[in-house]
Amino acid sequence: MPPAAGIVSTSVLAFLALLSCRSEPREIVLTSTTSTEDSGLFEVLLPAFQSAHPQYRVRVIAVGSGEALRLAARGDADVVLSHSPRAEMEFINAGYGESRDRVMFNDFVVVGPVSPAGRTCDDRDVIVVLRCIAESESLFISRGDDSGTHARERELWAAAGLRPEGEWYLEVGQGMGAVLMMASEKEAVTLSDRGTYLSRSDRLQLRVVSEGDPRLRNQYSVIVVRGASNPDGAHAFVEWIVSMSAQKIIGKYGVEKYGRPLFSPNARPPGM
Amino acid sequence: MDVLGDAISQAIGLLLSGDPYLWQIIARSLQVSGLAVFFGLLAGIPIGTWLGLARFPGRGVAVALVNTGLALPPVVVGLFVYLLLSREGPLGALGWLYTPSAMVAAQFVLAAPYVAAITLAAVQSVPPELRLQARALGASRWQALMLHLREARLSLMAAVAAGFGAVISEVGAVIMVGGNVHGETRVITTAIVLETRRGQFATAMALGIILLAIAFTANAFITRVQQSQPRRRRPLTS
Repeated sequence: MPPAAGIVSTSVLAFLALLSCRSEPREIVLTSTTSTEDSGLFEVLLPAFQSAHPQYRVRVIAVGSGEALRLAARGDADVVLSHSPRAEMEFINAGYGESRDRVMFNDFVVVGPVSPAGRTCDDRDVIVVLRCIAESESLFISRGDDSGTHARERELWAAAGLRPEGEWYLEVGQGMGAVLMMASEKEAVTLSDRGTYLSRSDRLQLRVVSEGDPRLRNQYSVIVVRGASNPDGAHAFVEWIVSMSAQKIIGKYGVEKYGRPLFSPNARPPGM
Repeated sequence: MDVLGDAISQAIGLLLSGDPYLWQIIARSLQVSGLAVFFGLLAGIPIGTWLGLARFPGRGVAVALVNTGLALPPVVVGLFVYLLLSREGPLGALGWLYTPSAMVAAQFVLAAPYVAAITLAAVQSVPPELRLQARALGASRWQALMLHLREARLSLMAAVAAGFGAVISEVGAVIMVGGNVHGETRVITTAIVLETRRGQFATAMALGIILLAIAFTANAFITRVQQSQPRRRRPLTS
């Protein structure tokens, strides 16, 4: 074979290999929050979906809720699972979403250092806690990435009538898992969803500073993106995740390992 | 296409307006990578010189190790430095994790092999007769060594540029040990990752332009040095 033919045939093969890397029509692109990915829920949820719908493959892109919605608005996703109610409403009102259904909830917790000095701000009322942190200038780590958790944190500071800034307030622009590790290392306070916190707690030197305040409730919803490139897959996924069988899996997830579920399923029963 | 075009034109506007967020990040990048390369030179030049001139058993292995250092994956270096500096790690007491010091440490580990490998090649490219002649003319060992390094100095400057270009464009290690803290450990590369995720394309693009400019300057310098090499043949007596 002359060398030119070799080069041509190798190039053709490489090009074919490149084409086969494209997403298949059966692929469902799901943008989701880092908190659901970090909690490990998808590792049980996706295999169950796949066995119920073997014709589809779900590709999860775990980013902050803000970015998840932005990616979807640009047409780069079929389904969004997020926990940023205000941003979701804006997304629906702007006409980017076909439907929005609630899936599950858990709550946010304020976590802080285990040292005795770290206990001075403990309170059930999260506003009291935030004022105490700001007043004592205790180190606080903010996600700073427009995620759902970051959005909630800003709402809480606003509710407390405060504008956090200064040496004690660090904006790090990273996912929930990374922020919890930083808080543990730096003996700082942060706001986390309970799922990610529980799933990491054995490796963190952190404890709960505030929990149970109604302002800390964290609702997850699923959105079918208008003009999804795989609308059938998107609808199949959403119908499945609000179904009894998926809701049961969600309600059981974490019981074995942490003694309590990480999420409480609360999808509307079908037909209502 | 208009998304890209908009991002570029807005980016240039941001740079020209002297946006403090941008320039603070650029300054921190230059500071961290500059310090890392400086310490890299302190360690890399002696090691490279020694490996280039000394003859000892196992030298081949040592040279191979230094050359492997050129291909050190930044994320692995990041992981290693993270575990060293973590509160429960051996150097946890320093309290360096998530500070610029940790970033300098990680980039130092990346830069030092660059400097050592290029120094090694530079030192070996100088004819060994040079030192013998200098010694014969009455120079001390130290003077002969300095003369040798002087002959290799252009290549050593290329080592600085190569090491700097490599570490300033690295993101894996600095995000792990620095934590991308706003106003503290956020550098050009980590900021580009964050701003792209947040959809702030103009800011990301502005930082990208600066990073390209820095990498271009470093590489233009290396190219100039390499092109000027053949003309460097001067008589020893000059």
